[in-house]
Amino acid sequence: MPDVKQVERPLSPHLQIYRPQLTSVSSILTRITGNALIVGVVLAIWWLLAAATSPEYFARVDAVATSWFGDLVFTGSLWAIWYHYLAGLRHLFFDAGKGLDIATAEMLGWGCIIGSVVLTVLTLFLV
Amino acid sequence: MRYLTERKRAEGKGASGTGTEHHWYMTVSAAGLAVMIPTFLVVFGRALGSSQDDVLAVFARPFPAILTALVLVVGLQHFRRGAEAMIEDYVRGLNRKLAIIFVITFTYFLMATGIYALARMAL
Repeated sequence: MPDVKQVERPLSPHLQIYRPQLTSVSSILTRITGNALIVGVVLAIWWLLAAATSPEYFARVDAVATSWFGDLVFTGSLWAIWYHYLAGLRHLFFDAGKGLDIATAEMLGWGCIIGSVVLTVLTLFLV
Repeated sequence: MRYLTERKRAEGKGASGTGTEHHWYMTVSAAGLAVMIPTFLVVFGRALGSSQDDVLAVFARPFPAILTALVLVVGLQHFRRGAEAMIEDYVRGLNRKLAIIFVITFTYFLMATGIYALARMAL
């Protein structure tokens, strides 16, 4: 067992100290949208299972999937997936070591927010 | 006493023992999903709201069936690791273990259910 030295490390400012900034908000939104997408995935898989099972089961689940509740979940999921999509591309861009200065990072943050809304509306109209 | 320096402890796969595996998996699956998701949204969005016969006809075709299967498997693996990272950040102790076990098993359950449904429609 190596002898582990306990080092007094400085505590960096954290969530309760920093005021929200575009970079931090767009980062946490990536996590929220990614995890919340499970709701839409559950509904989608349930709907697929029903379609594969029987006409009666499909009628029941399809009524849920196309109700106001289903519309709410799928429309929300659509925005979440587009936001997560753009934010993910931004991550790949950051990983390449590009766009890390504050001005570019903030511009990309607005790009994710505005872009996700535009893509959601486009998808709703075109599909 | 072993004379291990701080650097020596961090060498190789580091403190996690898994190196950059998580990050690399997320990078690869993100790239794959980035290619697949737009087409998948069109396929799924068009199928949603149509009659059962139309839904069955869509997923009986190879391209929608294979694409949907890929999106489900890769997407849920991607979700699993993301959700795991979130739990590791916010939950501690026994609850952390229970939450991670739940996420992993639930993810596999969804994958199996989705693949079963697709197989039944496609074959």
